[in-house]
Amino acid sequence: MISEPALDRLSAMFQGPDVSGTRYTLISVLGRGGMGVVYLARDTVLDREVALKIVERPHDEANEARILARLEHPGIVPVHDFGELPDGRLFYAMKRVRGDRLDRWTASGRELTERLHVFLRVCDAVAFAHAQGVIHRDLKPENVMIGEFGEVLVLDWGVAQEMQNAKGRLQIAGTPAYMAPEQARGDAAVDHRADIFSLGAMLEAIAGTAPVLAIARKARADDPAARYQDVPALSADVGRFLAGRAVEAHRERLVDRLARFYRRYRLPILLVLTYLIARVLLLWLARV
Amino acid sequence: MVAAMRSPRADERRSAFDALVSAYWKPVFKYVRLKWHAPPEDAADLTQGFFLQAFEKDFFAGFDPARARFRTYLRTCLDGFVANARKADARLKRGGGVTLIAIDVDEAERELAYQAGNLVHDFDAYFHREWLRSLFAGAAERLRAACQARGRAVRFAVFEQYDLAADDRDRPTYAELARRLDLSSTDVTNELAAARREFRRLVLEALREQCATDEEFEAEARALSG
Repeated sequence: MISEPALDRLSAMFQGPDVSGTRYTLISVLGRGGMGVVYLARDTVLDREVALKIVERPHDEANEARILARLEHPGIVPVHDFGELPDGRLFYAMKRVRGDRLDRWTASGRELTERLHVFLRVCDAVAFAHAQGVIHRDLKPENVMIGEFGEVLVLDWGVAQEMQNAKGRLQIAGTPAYMAPEQARGDAAVDHRADIFSLGAMLEAIAGTAPVLAIARKARADDPAARYQDVPALSADVGRFLAGRAVEAHRERLVDRLARFYRRYRLPILLVLTYLIARVLLLWLARV
Repeated sequence: MVAAMRSPRADERRSAFDALVSAYWKPVFKYVRLKWHAPPEDAADLTQGFFLQAFEKDFFAGFDPARARFRTYLRTCLDGFVANARKADARLKRGGGVTLIAIDVDEAERELAYQAGNLVHDFDAYFHREWLRSLFAGAAERLRAACQARGRAVRFAVFEQYDLAADDRDRPTYAELARRLDLSSTDVTNELAAARREFRRLVLEALREQCATDEEFEAEARALSG
């Protein structure tokens, strides 16, 4: 029988992680999610702060670190170190990103154009991951950081999966509001279009105008075949909106098209109108 | 385990049910003894009857991990079952005479006697602690078997004498352990670290088996970490 003191002793093994013998000292908890707890820690060798993720999983523990190490991209938080703690938990040290989470950053009243430029940089990072055969599977504003120097970083690849392993696995992971229906159902055939759904849900949260909402709705269509088929196609449509051109996802009324045409060519239109009015005035003055 | 209990295959359902019973029979028995003030024989019958009816009537099929912990759900089902059984007062209906699961009443009673001085004020917390005790005991047994199978009995001996010591006053120092087991102090440290690592892994593995989804497992593992 496990006595009361032994039960307390064994329970204590599951409390805070044992980092003795490592180069790190824990400072505070930064967040929980994506299969582990992220601590703010100090790397005592290099004397700098890092984000130390401690993973509490009996299987497939090295997943995130292995995937992240492969994804070298300015929009993806880099891994510095990986290893096993004395208590058997796995850790990996990542760059500590100072800045604001996308949801808070957006709530601080940013212009639509600024929000969409940030969104496009998220798309760049995700498109890169897809090109490397990796699906994030938990994209949401809370997992995007806007750094102090304006850098945009996609975090928390804890439930990411290599595409060749995605088929046939029924594990349900992710955040419900941003999760594609096929992912929520645990379908075997979840592919990179699940991330496109999540990007659509993120875009919807920052949208604000009909064409952008239409892009968001297309990206988060229930049927994966009705979505943009890759992230560059989604980015291209957002880029078209930013350039004042027609977006594929939105059928415009004539008045909308004229308004967009005016916004895009405002200066030449005003110049031509000024010239025409001046000509008419001159003709009229010449007659009187 | 909980997910496997919904399997269309009868053998998978049965094996998941056996695993569930093994993890929960003792907490259920003790809970019925203390919360419902049942004498040992009645508590054994009620425990048998509860699991028998749960298996036959598929009690746990209605469990939704998004709404509650499995432990809470099981305890709610158990309270309902005992209340109904008390009303009907029909011993056979409660499982009397039917042996579905192996209940070691003597062992559970010994544990209850050991805890006799502790008054229970919060039965939710009590049930959780008994479940934890059962989870750790199962993992310790698995650790013992794994160490023996690998010819590392000394590893379990270090863990047993240091971490499973019944009383803090009986707990040896590393140096005492080294003398007792004819090891160096470094060996004691290394064996203990390895045993704890393995024990943690086995506990998490057992916990994963008990959870229906990854989310439930994550929540349970977090709860375990305080």
